[in-house]
Amino acid sequence: MSAVLQNLVNQPYKHGFVTEIEADIAPKGLNEEIIRLISSKKNEPEWLLTFRLQAYEKWLSMPQPGWQNVKYPEIDFQAISYYSAPKPKKKLASMDEVDPELLRTFEKLGVPMHERAALAGVAVDVIFDSVSVATTYKERLAEIGIIFCSFSEAVHSHPELVKKYLGTVVPIGDNFYAALNSAVFTDGSFCFIPKGVKCPMDLSTYFRINTEESGQFERTLIIAEEGASVSYLEGCTAPRFDTNQLHAAVVELIALDNAEIKYSTVQNWYAGDEKGVGGIYNFVTKRGLAKGANSRISWTQVETGSAITWKYPSCILRGENSVGEFYSVAVTNHYQQADTGTKMIHIGRNTRSTIVSKSISAGYSNSSYRGLVRIAPTAENARNYSQCDSMLIGDQCGVNTFPYIQVQNNSAKVEHEASTSRIGEDQLFYFLQRGIGAEEAVSMIINGFCKEVFQQLPLEFAVEATKLLSFKLEGSVG
Amino acid sequence: MINQNSKILLEVRGLHASVNGIEILKGVDLTVKCGEIHAIMGLNGSGKSTFAKILAGHPAYEVTAGAIIFNEQNLFDLEPEERARAGVFLAFQYPIEIPGVANNQFLRLAYNTIQSQRGKEELDPLEFDDFIRDKMKLLEMNPDFLDRSVNEGFSGGEKKRNEILQMALLEPKLAILDETDSGLDIDALRIVANGVNQLTNKDNATILVTHYQRLLDYIVPDYVHVMEAGRIIKTSGKELAKELETHGYDWINAEKSFNKTGVRL
Repeated sequence: MSAVLQNLVNQPYKHGFVTEIEADIAPKGLNEEIIRLISSKKNEPEWLLTFRLQAYEKWLSMPQPGWQNVKYPEIDFQAISYYSAPKPKKKLASMDEVDPELLRTFEKLGVPMHERAALAGVAVDVIFDSVSVATTYKERLAEIGIIFCSFSEAVHSHPELVKKYLGTVVPIGDNFYAALNSAVFTDGSFCFIPKGVKCPMDLSTYFRINTEESGQFERTLIIAEEGASVSYLEGCTAPRFDTNQLHAAVVELIALDNAEIKYSTVQNWYAGDEKGVGGIYNFVTKRGLAKGANSRISWTQVETGSAITWKYPSCILRGENSVGEFYSVAVTNHYQQADTGTKMIHIGRNTRSTIVSKSISAGYSNSSYRGLVRIAPTAENARNYSQCDSMLIGDQCGVNTFPYIQVQNNSAKVEHEASTSRIGEDQLFYFLQRGIGAEEAVSMIINGFCKEVFQQLPLEFAVEATKLLSFKLEGSVG
Repeated sequence: MINQNSKILLEVRGLHASVNGIEILKGVDLTVKCGEIHAIMGLNGSGKSTFAKILAGHPAYEVTAGAIIFNEQNLFDLEPEERARAGVFLAFQYPIEIPGVANNQFLRLAYNTIQSQRGKEELDPLEFDDFIRDKMKLLEMNPDFLDRSVNEGFSGGEKKRNEILQMALLEPKLAILDETDSGLDIDALRIVANGVNQLTNKDNATILVTHYQRLLDYIVPDYVHVMEAGRIIKTSGKELAKELETHGYDWINAEKSFNKTGVRL
């Protein structure tokens, strides 16, 4: 039985191929000149260059963080190329003008753009090696005042909004990788939902890393004004490479009074081979500011890929009665390492937060939950509920839970629950003895375990996530 | 019920098996015909639970010699799930907990898998709900247990009832009950035994693995076998269980010595 399962898990990474598109790659290394190059390539205004240079200054003074529970060789930041873009072509007026090779890539990935957009009713802002190639549904959204475009575009078309909000949730010196991102980010998504508008569809971005050894530094900014709401989906796949690729994105969310932002991620980047060679380093800073009263920020993530995941989507609950949520499934197999969790910073009165974290570890992998719940002195009647469950498959993997709880107001209620379980031979045998096949059994056990999180995902994402998990883990039991 | 004309359902010959290189079964012989109830008794460590698990195909045990024919098929040719689908059912001594998997979902999947194997109709969730509620009455179970996770937070008695419920659902040809009586209070024992009695008929057979005679007051066996050190050392009718209860397992050994030497020790 284990041989069959072993085969399944050892299937090669499905999305491992490289598209041959001529890329415009900056020389390796990072210095002021490179930053100026990026900024001028992108035709940026002076204030943005200043933002980048300040971040770079800050970054130079910061040490690489070492507190996380993951191991990797020290990264040589001078060995990375910080800019790559498909050769500039004349401005694209429609999807038909997109490089057919690029379209084929999306087809290989099972994401035919126009179909996907039309069928799923999803506007896809496609990021391909750091530059947005095409944005769909933009006009329809524009009619109701929603701005959904690439970050670079927003810098030119809506500089006042970008300038007003950029760096307000994740300051340039927030952490080592956020500083790096602020200095060298190339592109990303920008989304603005004006006062009172409920975005009628899920907004979606497919990220894809393509050029070998080019770091990818995405910048995403989402703003929901008073009474606005939006659901944003982020999904990732990357081609297979043997050398590690660094990814250090920054995502900032801002919700004003009565606004709601729901941010969902399914992450399936190349995790390295079964011996732990290669794979993406995913060092991401994601943070939402629930700035207004009654605002709500909700993170849902299904993390299945990357050699290393280092990621804490967080909420700053400043507005009265604001709500923060974090639902996470982190799957690690082979030699993957994940140190992920959240921070819930309660500042306003009657703020509430919920944390549900599920980790599944197989092979020789290691997974840590790291979460901070802070109740500031001003946060009267704040409430938090945290639940961290870990599942082990096999006896070579490890899980850790690091909850940090800081309460500075006596009226707060903070609950934390944690559990660890194991899928073992006996659990599987129980299913088999009732006639249920091994594959179905594993899928059922895993999905049962992750149920509370999957319920939070938009429907088509939930289906995708369910399949992805079964695919990732089926072979590891037995 | 013994009927000499019944067909042989299970034939075990010279079964040897080990776990982690240690031999546990050292030549087990057993013949079970349709319609019969067999009790296998013995002290802890005598090999009776191992025997039960080997019949179901538990991967931890290695069969080193012998043969098992089940329903005219070589049992060793079948994977554990194939054995289940062929009608071998094991009620576990320690049913495992499966968090997050709803009992009704699990039961329906198991039921439909077996049904489709038998070329019978599968049930959708609504049909299944009616069907299962009916079966649960047999075991005097609370319906809210359908929405709970499989065995999670169940009391010992609830777990055992859940096992017999699954037996009722899957209608096996051969049911092996591994110490189903252990951990049951007297009421639960009566309910479980009553369930088993209603499920036995002339076309199936039951093997009760048990330590105590107590269960056999409720489920009356046709044969009682005593297992010791990996062998069946004595086989007799239901009265054997009573004698064991009265005299203890040492009595068998004493009787064996008596037979050999003619002198009672």
